[in-house]
Amino acid sequence: MSAQNAILSRDGLREKLLRPDYITGSEILLRSLLLEGVDCVFGYPGGAVLYIYDAMHGNKDFRHLLTRHEQGAIHAADGYARSTGKVGVCIATSGPGATNLVTGIATAYMDSVPLVVITGNVATAAIGTDAFQEADITGITMPITKHSYLVRRVEDLARIIREAFHIASTGRKGPVLIDIPKDVSAQKTTFHYPETVQIRGYNPTVYPNRLQVERLLSAIEESERPVILAGGGVVYSGAHEELLEFVNKTQIPVTTTLLGLGGFPSGHPLWMGMPGMHGTYAANKALQNCDLLISIGARFDDRVTMRLDGFAPKAKIAHIDIDPAEIGKNVETAIPCVGDVKAVLALANEKARPAKSAAWIAEIDANKRAYPLKYKDDDKELKPQYVIEMIHETTGGDAIVTTDVGQHQMWVAQFYKFNRPRSLITSGGLGTMGFGFPSAIGAQIGNPDRLVVSINGDGGMQMCAQELAICAINNIPVKIVVINNQVLGMVRQWQEIIYDNRYSHIDLAGSPDFVKLAEAYGVKGLRATNKEEARSAWQEALSTPGPVLIDFVVRKEENVYPMVTQGNTLDEMLMGDDE
Amino acid sequence: MKKKHAISVLVNNQPGVLQRVSGLFGRRGFNIDSITVGESEEPGLSRMIIVTTGDDRMMEQVQKQLYKLIDVIKVVDLSAGPMVARELALIKIGAEPSVRPEILGIVETFRASVVDIGPSTLIVQVVGDPEKIDAMVELLKPYGLRELTRTGVTAMTRGLAK
Repeated sequence: MSAQNAILSRDGLREKLLRPDYITGSEILLRSLLLEGVDCVFGYPGGAVLYIYDAMHGNKDFRHLLTRHEQGAIHAADGYARSTGKVGVCIATSGPGATNLVTGIATAYMDSVPLVVITGNVATAAIGTDAFQEADITGITMPITKHSYLVRRVEDLARIIREAFHIASTGRKGPVLIDIPKDVSAQKTTFHYPETVQIRGYNPTVYPNRLQVERLLSAIEESERPVILAGGGVVYSGAHEELLEFVNKTQIPVTTTLLGLGGFPSGHPLWMGMPGMHGTYAANKALQNCDLLISIGARFDDRVTMRLDGFAPKAKIAHIDIDPAEIGKNVETAIPCVGDVKAVLALANEKARPAKSAAWIAEIDANKRAYPLKYKDDDKELKPQYVIEMIHETTGGDAIVTTDVGQHQMWVAQFYKFNRPRSLITSGGLGTMGFGFPSAIGAQIGNPDRLVVSINGDGGMQMCAQELAICAINNIPVKIVVINNQVLGMVRQWQEIIYDNRYSHIDLAGSPDFVKLAEAYGVKGLRATNKEEARSAWQEALSTPGPVLIDFVVRKEENVYPMVTQGNTLDEMLMGDDE
Repeated sequence: MKKKHAISVLVNNQPGVLQRVSGLFGRRGFNIDSITVGESEEPGLSRMIIVTTGDDRMMEQVQKQLYKLIDVIKVVDLSAGPMVARELALIKIGAEPSVRPEILGIVETFRASVVDIGPSTLIVQVVGDPEKIDAMVELLKPYGLRELTRTGVTAMTRGLAK
């Protein structure tokens, strides 16, 4: 009953929004965003977007979340997009507002996240004059956007917004920037929202070439040592069910990249864990010894392949990807399947038959048993891996987990066992510190009924800590975890192993007291320094409604293992401490 | 094996499109030997002819990466088949009246033309493939090369369109 009312009122709203009124560019923007189904925009006002913010005033249909920094806004929009699959939207003013978005745009671009980024600019007549708060943001962001627009006429605005959403959310997804000069946001025109999009130079290939899919299937039937490398593309195309069916039919062991985690259930007997620099022994060995490697929505990143000329030396490579430019970019590919991962797998599943993989699976199972992920637990000192395991156990692997970048990110990838797609929100390609916490805010806004846990290091937590205010003021109930080792842990690990214990500028001692910091913002703060405290603090956090920050003070010298150092092949792993 | 390629890129005639294309070459490590841009047979579209050097794998990446730009409509590697490639050069040389007949002899042989005569200089205009222009420049050098400007190669495939 109430759901039906909601639909009726949404239809009513749509009709109201589509009316061909004579309105300003700012009103066109808000109406267009609502018509695209945007339910929250993350932003920060300033001079060049004042008309836009003026149009928001008193507009009850439009929801805007004011962050405390533009970087917080775009990471939140990113977390919203990754966790919901919808397009994330953020708004910033010209000049510094726009340049503060740059890291967030690059983060989204590297991980193929659909964003529409709105920036204000100085009035068209002032463009190019070094006007106050002027920056050539379309020029600055050209290498890190899928496409960008500088709107010169208000008559073009509605079409451009329609195109931007289409481009951002189809094909290989990515951020699209719309730069709106101040005068354009004030000028009026008759509103018309185009129903269809026609962009001559943009026609992503969705459906694969049948012949290539058949070649793939016969290669599988002949293969004795096949491996699937599943990446973010599986998650982004919503192909997790198709992948599961494909694996069950073909009996091929699966390794999931950092962005692919959750795209395949961790509990599945054919799952080998993550590959790469901090991948599992079983996954890395399997990649190096396989005779057929099927990459599905993964792009052979250097953190996955490690030394490229020694990567998967015996394998015939098949590559399923929506982006034709990824095929053959890093590794030579025998069987290219260009298309949407979901469409390719659905087609393949029609005729998929098992590989001759029984002995190979037994070999991999033996590796899994002999070399599981492990760490040396301690009853006195709290271990970061213990904290992650505890969070996994208590949430049943069903929370949305966002991470920052560094050791804690790798421990989450190793010790939190993801079962559902869109559950891990992490900056993989760009490796952006400061991403973990604000992205959780966006994920929570997009998933109000799910538990969102943001896991950060003490370094990254200080890169966007100002957004604690947003959680407190809006009662956004993110559980904020700080894995606090008082050091830039991943840099410390590299300096220990590769730079001969020459520790240079990594000491974070003297950082603020995170409990007090949280409380200063009005967020509940808790601290734990051993296992017992950790369990009770975490339970308290889970049972407290609203946002809570938990400062887990952990051992400083802990390293992430296995580790493949740069210049080595995947099977040259450092396995770390005994036991 | 590395080879010179002339690529024809049909693009939307939009502000910033040259920046998008040249920026792509720059950041992906593809070199640009020359680039020419002008209107095409279709209103609203421009055609770029980019000369670049690379092996087959790089050329495949160049094409695929270009297609990822929304403003790029069509990419053709002209070097894959028979094509006509032409460049125009203006060459200003020192030419006292006494040596002019000699220079005019070279100009005639190359089917070039003199487009400006100053008190002690000549401007020679020559059209042809890049090798012909190189040869012309070499021959005129002894007279004192004052200024040289070349358009870069423009090109199209021979015979029927498409």
